[in-house]
Amino acid sequence: MGVETANNQRTRVSRRAFLKAGALAGGGLLLGLRLPPTDGTADAAGADGNAPEADTAFAPNAWVRIDTDDQVTVLVDRSEMGQGVMTALPMLVCEELEADWARIGTRFAPADEAYANRLLGSQITGGSTAIRNAWQPLREAGAAARTMLVAAAAQRWGVSAETCRVEKQVVRHPESGRSAPFGDLAAAAAEQPVPDSVALKDPAAFTLIGTPTDRLDAPPKVDGSARFGMDVQLPGLLTAQVVRCPVLGGSVASFDASAAEAVPGVRHVVEIDSGVAVIADGYWPAWKGREALDVQWDYGPHAGLSSDAIAQQFRRDADAGKAATARDDGDTAAALENASKTVEAEYEVPFLAHACMEPMNCTARLTDDGVEVWVPTQNQTASQEAAAEVAGVPKEKAHVHTTYLGGGFGRRSHTDFVRDAVACARAAGAPVKVIWTRADTTRHDRFRPATYNRLAAAVGDGTVKGWRHHIVGPSIKANNDMLGGEAVDSSSVDGAKDLPYGVGNVHIAYTMSNTPVPLWWWRSVGNSQNGFIREAFFDEAARAAGRDPYELRRELLADQPRYRGVLERAAEAAGWGAGPRHGDARGIALMKSFGSYCAEVAEVSVTPDGRVRVHRVDVAIDCGPVVNPDTVTQQMESGVVYGLSAAFDEAVTVRRGQVEQTNFDNYAILRMDQMPEVHVHMVASDSSPGGVGEPGTPPIAPAVANAILAATGEPVRRLPLTRAGFRPA
Amino acid sequence: MAVELTVNGEHRTVDALSDTPLLWVLRDDLGLTGTKYSCGIGECGACTVHLDGQPVAACQVSLSRAAGRSVTTIEGLAGDDGGPHPVQAAWVAENVPQCGFCQSGQIMTATAFLAHTPDPDDAAIDAALSGNLCRCGTYQRVRRAVRRAAATMQEAK
Repeated sequence: MGVETANNQRTRVSRRAFLKAGALAGGGLLLGLRLPPTDGTADAAGADGNAPEADTAFAPNAWVRIDTDDQVTVLVDRSEMGQGVMTALPMLVCEELEADWARIGTRFAPADEAYANRLLGSQITGGSTAIRNAWQPLREAGAAARTMLVAAAAQRWGVSAETCRVEKQVVRHPESGRSAPFGDLAAAAAEQPVPDSVALKDPAAFTLIGTPTDRLDAPPKVDGSARFGMDVQLPGLLTAQVVRCPVLGGSVASFDASAAEAVPGVRHVVEIDSGVAVIADGYWPAWKGREALDVQWDYGPHAGLSSDAIAQQFRRDADAGKAATARDDGDTAAALENASKTVEAEYEVPFLAHACMEPMNCTARLTDDGVEVWVPTQNQTASQEAAAEVAGVPKEKAHVHTTYLGGGFGRRSHTDFVRDAVACARAAGAPVKVIWTRADTTRHDRFRPATYNRLAAAVGDGTVKGWRHHIVGPSIKANNDMLGGEAVDSSSVDGAKDLPYGVGNVHIAYTMSNTPVPLWWWRSVGNSQNGFIREAFFDEAARAAGRDPYELRRELLADQPRYRGVLERAAEAAGWGAGPRHGDARGIALMKSFGSYCAEVAEVSVTPDGRVRVHRVDVAIDCGPVVNPDTVTQQMESGVVYGLSAAFDEAVTVRRGQVEQTNFDNYAILRMDQMPEVHVHMVASDSSPGGVGEPGTPPIAPAVANAILAATGEPVRRLPLTRAGFRPA
Repeated sequence: MAVELTVNGEHRTVDALSDTPLLWVLRDDLGLTGTKYSCGIGECGACTVHLDGQPVAACQVSLSRAAGRSVTTIEGLAGDDGGPHPVQAAWVAENVPQCGFCQSGQIMTATAFLAHTPDPDDAAIDAALSGNLCRCGTYQRVRRAVRRAAATMQEAK
């Protein structure tokens, strides 16, 4: 595949962007020429397991490094938390660079402004943005580097660049038979000007993008060598646990450290912002010290808070009638008034925990003039700022080493664990790894909001003619001082506001009803609850209209081809309309989120005593151009499990101001014997890329609820199913 | 307290509190971080290792109980030639890991299971592995990988 392949898509490359990202030609380098360290302490080993040369001969931009030994390394600027960026992002670079995929190396990028996520404004992995952000710049980065390598070869051979070809990181001049590997050209390429524009391949010419590609991180994840945050080792490293007030918003009144300090191996017992830290030689002495610690708490104003009180508050606030309108089409009040039939329902969803398999942790070391942190983070920028603030050093003196993440799901874009680690390292005068126990991780998570919802649909003539949805619940943004003056937190209405059905009259309202329960983004955010509520209530309305829920959706999506595309594909794959293949009934639901369209059909059985089994799920996904089809399949499988797990049995409840759940025995996540067969079907489209990390999650809960409605005639208006009278079979 | 045990075929002496869970002996004293901490109460399977060939939750086995016994961790699973165990190879072939944090435990459970159940059906696979939690939802691929590994190991016999 040559450089001149199908270059009908000429793209301006922002020269400023490349210079900003540290182009050699600019003289001054924002980024050093050295790759991030691979000393085994923190940064994940490259796929090839080889340490790179210390000095990189050719660093044309923030993402590409080529050494004289012909090693091509891609710096991965998003966090690998299972969603496959460590494979998919290098694929984008490699496609245009014409590097040899079998030999590609990867490193996690440091915190640097060059790596800001253009969709989110800072270096953050979230919102299913990795491919959407990288689709153009990373291909351009590869193309620019290739152009410079070819220019160096052409200059050396005294031929024109247009007559050269590139394949598997060798530049060839067919006429003369000359060739040179990238490594031989790296130093000379560094002297070439950064191109003002590059030609990108026509998608029809892709050889790597769109091809199912094995995960580069699979081998180190099956032999124990992949380094997660928890696995960081440093000379003289101590381990800390932080005891936090069990009551939300409480604080330390006083503590007696004497018994804890008497535990062999305990080095320091100190108060930090978040609680009392027990710093010891290892996890076990820290645990024993913590058990011996005597803390008196100031429970603060929320010691009486309970889930019941919160539920009552939501209803009170719903009745108060103060609501901000998020969408108002037509005349919904009149449509409901004049309808031959109206359907009304209340829906409730609980607070949810992220429950990453790797508990929260971070390692920090103070240096002579700064601080280093090794952290499984989704947010390098915020981690850098938090570390700098707690260490009392300028931001540029805070160095962030990103490790593999043992799950993220939004949780790891917060920095509470970073602050803990730096505070402990300061107090101890030594490097410290802070490990939150599972109970700490669960009780002191920041949760998916609970909400209470009132819905009404106007039904007549075999269709739905009006739709009202009033959402009552706390705002993530308000809870984190990020709201500004907005009356509607957009994430509270995501998935509800964008009701796609052509029902004419739509009124979506939001009443902000804040609580002291800490909130944060949870995989698919507002879509996770509003998807369930919207799509489950739609089936109630369809039933009232006497219509098949799939057929009515198709009809009301007449001018929504991408929605219809996934709806029809999922229905076809699931054999919609035919008798049951598995279980008693099918349910269908669809959502657009994070730029992608997703429909799912669940085949479910329900026993008379309420035991639910999900046998099979068919997922249809339209995410635009697909980089790695196997990644898309994995993320759909993953999204289904995450949503199904929550739908079955996940709920965070509060009693006496304390989160009641602590561990997997009382916050039960889906187990293998509950796992349905998941079949993923990709619907091709040539639109711009959409995300895949989150869109698979929202449709599964309503698909299951709708199957239960079809099987039993009873709607599921409350999650999890275990709190609605059902149990997993 | 100095305790002697065998880890991945090597004789080791560990000086730690006798009630220290084997999990933290492996991770903090022996630097074998492939065995993961996740729940600490034997609910999730992330810390599964083999104790005298039997799968156990290393967070539930004290150092004193492990004294004199033989422990195999994910780092000790490779064959004598250094190549991956057939279960590890099957895991890579099926692209099982996502975040990967639970996979050491999944693989240690699967290898112990296949050692005494060389030709399992799906129900047996589910029953054997339902103690290993995965938040990324790799269960379907775990099933496939176990079936693939079983076939490979049968062929090799």
